[in-house]
Amino acid sequence: MAISPVPASDNLMGKALKEALFAGVIAFLMFLLFVGIETYQDINNALVWRTRWTLLAVFVVISVVGRFVTVAFIRPHLDNRKLNKAKEGIPDLSEDKGFLRKHFLKFALILMLAYPFLSLLIVGKQGSLKYVDNFGIQILIYVMLAWGLNIVVGLAGLLDLGYVAFYAVGAYSYALLSSHFGFSFWILLPLSGIFAALWGIMLGFPVLRLRGDYLAIVTLAFGEIIRLVLINWTDVTMGTFGIAGIAKASFFGIWSFDTGSPTSFVKAWGLSASSVYYKIFLFYIILALCILTAYVTIRLRRMPIGRAWEALREDEIACRSLGIDTVTTKLTAFATGAMFGGFAGAFFAARQGFVSPESFVFLESAVILAIVVLGGMGSLTGIAIAAAVMVGGTEILREMSFLKVVFGPDFTPELYRMLLFGLAMIIVMLFKPRGFVGSREPTAFLKERKAVSGSFTKEGHG
Amino acid sequence: MTSGTNTMTKDTILKVEHLSMKFGGLMAINDFSFEARRGEITALIGPNGAGKTTVFNCITGFYKPTMGMITLARRNGKEFLLERLRDFEINKVGGVARTFQNIRLFSGLTVLENLLVAQHNALMKASGYTLLGLLGLPVYRKAVDLSIEKAKYWLDKADLTDRADDPAGDLPYGAQRRLEIARAMCTEPELLCLDEPAAGLNPRESAALNALLHSIRDEGVSILLIEHDMSVVMEISDHVVVLEYGQKISDGTPDHVKNDPKVIAAYLGVEDDEVDEVIAVELEGGHL
Repeated sequence: MAISPVPASDNLMGKALKEALFAGVIAFLMFLLFVGIETYQDINNALVWRTRWTLLAVFVVISVVGRFVTVAFIRPHLDNRKLNKAKEGIPDLSEDKGFLRKHFLKFALILMLAYPFLSLLIVGKQGSLKYVDNFGIQILIYVMLAWGLNIVVGLAGLLDLGYVAFYAVGAYSYALLSSHFGFSFWILLPLSGIFAALWGIMLGFPVLRLRGDYLAIVTLAFGEIIRLVLINWTDVTMGTFGIAGIAKASFFGIWSFDTGSPTSFVKAWGLSASSVYYKIFLFYIILALCILTAYVTIRLRRMPIGRAWEALREDEIACRSLGIDTVTTKLTAFATGAMFGGFAGAFFAARQGFVSPESFVFLESAVILAIVVLGGMGSLTGIAIAAAVMVGGTEILREMSFLKVVFGPDFTPELYRMLLFGLAMIIVMLFKPRGFVGSREPTAFLKERKAVSGSFTKEGHG
Repeated sequence: MTSGTNTMTKDTILKVEHLSMKFGGLMAINDFSFEARRGEITALIGPNGAGKTTVFNCITGFYKPTMGMITLARRNGKEFLLERLRDFEINKVGGVARTFQNIRLFSGLTVLENLLVAQHNALMKASGYTLLGLLGLPVYRKAVDLSIEKAKYWLDKADLTDRADDPAGDLPYGAQRRLEIARAMCTEPELLCLDEPAAGLNPRESAALNALLHSIRDEGVSILLIEHDMSVVMEISDHVVVLEYGQKISDGTPDHVKNDPKVIAAYLGVEDDEVDEVIAVELEGGHL
């Protein structure tokens, strides 16, 4: 007698009801304090609190209904599907990818190149400001930062919690040198990268003797030191006021994007004045920088140094027994990662026209690291997807005014950004513990290039 | 099995003199001296905890010895004091490669990549420390082809060619042991140090390992090995050094060592029927 894998439906409904009630109780207790009660300042600036029972009720109802639907319908459906597949007895081992997946990178690149013009066509000049700047440039900055950090964390396996320090060094290098000496963006971009790399080497020397958790803590501290120096060295950095009026990037010195300039891009091309052209230009710069980062990373992985990075992640002691100087190998990884952080920083300063220490807090490091981990350490495609989802997702939240219908009129979705960010991370890590792309492409092969499953690669301990 | 040493060069490749290693109050190695001759397989044996791996770690730079001198003579006549070299220089400058008791492969890299990583220093030089390699100069490309040829050679020797593109962590245990040896050989060492290479191997894998070690020796590479499996030690080594409680108790050909009463007492010669007696004595709290 075969035992029925699906329990009788009334039994299932009872179970679902029970679990839903349980989930409701837990949701109530969890959200009671931080959704049910809100603190605010009244006219006398005193802190008072009020209750938000309806919002709390919405949260609880959502978790009850969600739990009920999961247990009663979704889970049995998934189990059934798995069972039917197992009954057929044909394991799904084919590695043939669909046309779209095989050419994913080409499509992605073409889409990126066309993106600003598509947005111009669809939403017009004023509307595309948002899509090119807030979505396009913002996401690409994080893609570049995450690809830079990927060299340190994903390839060399060095847990760096202070990566934002190099971003800050790049940004301030550009801001200070451009406002004091009037150097152009195109000179300062490589310079900022070099400065950041030098900083990486300087910090690296004492720090890289440490391993694992200790390294993470010390890099965290260095990140904070840079920020505190920026705040307190007011003579140079203007402290918390930041540096404003940073020069814009020019079109390779030919045209300027300043409206009053005689070589104005807008005048030269007879266009109506709009800041969207500058944004589109910036979009292509950051896209080019991203492609440069990816190209260098891919090339370096196939060089002895890149292989040594990955070997270092896998086993540092074995590396030393093979005559690999682990200190210089780590330093090169640190410096290369820092250099890309510096490029991104210089770009950031040119785009904002304003830098202040507030842009370089620990949270930025954490977000960049989260993107690297979510994307799958070492995988450029996975990281780019993770950056698009995470950064783009938080931007989309601003657009989600329909949520007000559910949660009430005073609901501001952006405030829940970090909550949802964390939730998304937990969900991804539950279903894809190695990130979006968990496998690794080998750098050399004899007969065929087989992806290495993520279960064999290590995360590194140094 | 007797050693055919008289046909080989007799000069010393490794000389360990008065080596001592202290861990806190524990004297792990006490005034230990021995020599390993070029072109021979030297075995270091002894009961568990005798200090064999500690000696290994001192030679290969993972420990700095408390006292003593470890001299390595290279084929070109240069001599190095290993305890003064930095850990990675012992391989890079000294030409000493090692394997580990608990296998240390780069499990997420493929078998081929493992062998390419081992040729890091040669490839780094050929790539002009990455800068010229990024430009894709023909010098570098030639070096890459050569490195792949060398990897193929050792893949063939270690019988791993079929699995060259699989992750190293996916190999069965015996193959991982062979890969670790092949990887060490890709660094072109003059002295290969093996820490229990036959541990956990079945008789067939063990025989294949013996053949591999012999062919490595025949290429002129000296081998120093720690081993528990007496059949392996007696069959392949030319020279055996016995260590107990951090001190040398015997040194000579396998035959000599096999018949040394001290060694028999300490380690080798307890016959099967005597084991019960030994255990009985120990259970009573006495010592052998």
